[in-house]
Amino acid sequence: MAKSNTGKGSARRAAAATPAAAVAEAAEAPPDRLAPTELSAAQQLELYRFMKLNRMLEERLGNLYRQGKVVGGLYSSRGQEATSVGSAYALAPQDFMGPLIRNLGSMLVRGVKPREVMMQYMAKGGSPTGGKDGNTHFGDLSRGLVAPISMLGALIPVMAGVALAGRMQGRDLVALTYIGDGGTSTGDFHEGLNLAAVLGVPLVVIAEHNGYAYSTPTSRQMRIKDIAARAAAYGIPGEIVDGNDVLAVHAVTKRAVERARAGGGPTLIESKTFRMKGHAEHDDAGYVPPELFERWRRRDPIERFERHLAAGGLATAEELARVAVAIDAELVAEMDYALASPMPPPERALAGVYAT
Amino acid sequence: MSVVTYLEAIRQALWEEMESDPRVFLLGQDVGTYGGPFRVTAGMLDRFGPERVIDTPISESAMVGAAIGAAMLGMRPVVEMQFIDFISCAFNQIVNFAGPNHYRWAQQVPLVIRGPAGGNVHGSAFHSQNPESYFQHTPGLKIVAPATVADAYGLLKAAIRDPNPVLYFEHKYLYRRIKEELPAAAKPGPAAEGSAAGLPGPGGAEGAVGEGVMAGAAGAAATGGDGLVPLGKARLARRGRDLSVISYGAMLHVALEAAERLAAEGIDLEVLDLRTVKPLDEEAILATVRKTNRVLVLTEEQLSGSVAGEVAARIAERGFAWLDGPVHRLCCPDTPVPYSPTLEEAYLPNVDTLVARVRELASY
Repeated sequence: MAKSNTGKGSARRAAAATPAAAVAEAAEAPPDRLAPTELSAAQQLELYRFMKLNRMLEERLGNLYRQGKVVGGLYSSRGQEATSVGSAYALAPQDFMGPLIRNLGSMLVRGVKPREVMMQYMAKGGSPTGGKDGNTHFGDLSRGLVAPISMLGALIPVMAGVALAGRMQGRDLVALTYIGDGGTSTGDFHEGLNLAAVLGVPLVVIAEHNGYAYSTPTSRQMRIKDIAARAAAYGIPGEIVDGNDVLAVHAVTKRAVERARAGGGPTLIESKTFRMKGHAEHDDAGYVPPELFERWRRRDPIERFERHLAAGGLATAEELARVAVAIDAELVAEMDYALASPMPPPERALAGVYAT
Repeated sequence: MSVVTYLEAIRQALWEEMESDPRVFLLGQDVGTYGGPFRVTAGMLDRFGPERVIDTPISESAMVGAAIGAAMLGMRPVVEMQFIDFISCAFNQIVNFAGPNHYRWAQQVPLVIRGPAGGNVHGSAFHSQNPESYFQHTPGLKIVAPATVADAYGLLKAAIRDPNPVLYFEHKYLYRRIKEELPAAAKPGPAAEGSAAGLPGPGGAEGAVGEGVMAGAAGAAATGGDGLVPLGKARLARRGRDLSVISYGAMLHVALEAAERLAAEGIDLEVLDLRTVKPLDEEAILATVRKTNRVLVLTEEQLSGSVAGEVAARIAERGFAWLDGPVHRLCCPDTPVPYSPTLEEAYLPNVDTLVARVRELASY
């Protein structure tokens, strides 16, 4: 494989045809105009608060990581906040969600508290899993949250099953889950979407096309430019959305959720976005060309939304600054709480293997 | 009064649980219209409808994944692997999602994955496997492997009612070879519906399960009046003084036959049927070791990394003081399951090879 790529010409050709480059192209679109929305000013400000909370919480976690308080890896969704928040905001209370590692924002929308996430990362006894699992790997059915596993794709059949059970139980629920561009290469992505399509269950899958799976660019995952094209293989709608426009993500998800709830079956939504950090905190993403980061930095979903809110007269700069100040105060209190939580007692290591 | 086969017992248990609990539903390939290649689910689509008897694409991983999702929402899915060999296609969902789920975030996953296991039917490498050892390593799973008709019935019902993921490995060699009166039935059997639907029962025209199953029949005393067999409890299949054979599934019958032959030579075998492979009934295992002081573990798996190895290790660790000889394992060789009858006969343990190994062990 390495041999066939030694020729300079072929390497150049490959680079020109990369979906990463296509993602970059999309980034050339006018950065400030956001999609039309049905959301009220108050709702839009709520979206803003969640996105800002998502980012500021991850920045806090970054500090805790550098202080050695996070015992495992730390994963960031910087640059992808609009996709998480906008999509989760389109769900109804009875709906279910299976988030992945870069969907902290989705979890916050479903009512997860920063202290829960902090305690998870710091492996505290008071964390939602009692120290048994880390990061965002926790669930709570009362908030419609299903915990992921690290093996990508696995959640798609599982959430198809959630949607199926919901239909059998007459609960009128829709299931939403996420996958990355790399995750679409798994067998479970295919099996799960196909099964969901054949059964016609109310499932919405959002494929976050963020350019890289760890260090591997999308060009090494697939030959197609748009992940949404894969929907045709399952006979379901495939939609493409600007993943850095929270209003567009909300609108397209809302449409898919309503369609699913009405019995129209699954939808695959491709969110074009970019991962602004490495795979995890230890990874400096040196394999990403700096100009790609620069181009996407200009399309930062939070700054774009701030410009939209200001231009539409929905919030002044001072009001937005006050949101950030309030979040900061909240995060300090949450962090104090999380830091004070004791580590789990060692005997807990043996408990709970079986349900009784 | 009606005598049923091992396969009919599985079907009846499934049918009764479907009747009594609306949360129970089936996912599998060809389980609906076709009724399954072995007719285990025959008639169920007509009785319970397509929402509860779901024909799926050839997607074992998605079948199990969907069952996990549904189980978390309070359903009781039963997934059929057309042959249990195909369970390997769902390995990730089973060992990474279902198994660890309750430990990780206290969310139970009550599901059953069942299907025909085992060899001696010339099914070759991909229709003869006994995959329990792949899964005995995974925390959070339970694994059962019934050897008798009563256990086929009672263990399946208990598995469906258990709040954990249970792998139910039914031995296809036993499907129509053993018959028994079912100990008890909480509900009428599916005979009426099955026959009315015009579906051929297992093994021929009159395969449907009769409604006249009697309470208090053989085995009921050990299992309770409702016929449920608790998971995690072994059963003493034969009392003996001289040497213990620990087994399960089709191999249990090899052990019982060998016991008859050895009795003529004055060797009195005790035979312990594990019934549940995970978690192991360590108490029952150590009790028989204490009694006979010699033990052989007989299973139909490749030897290396086998359940038999785990049983032997526990005996060596916790029962060493009672042993008068080494713990023996009689399993299959470390090869894939061969096709030709002469090769498969050489591959599988049988009464002759067991008798020879018992004699060797008895000489200590």
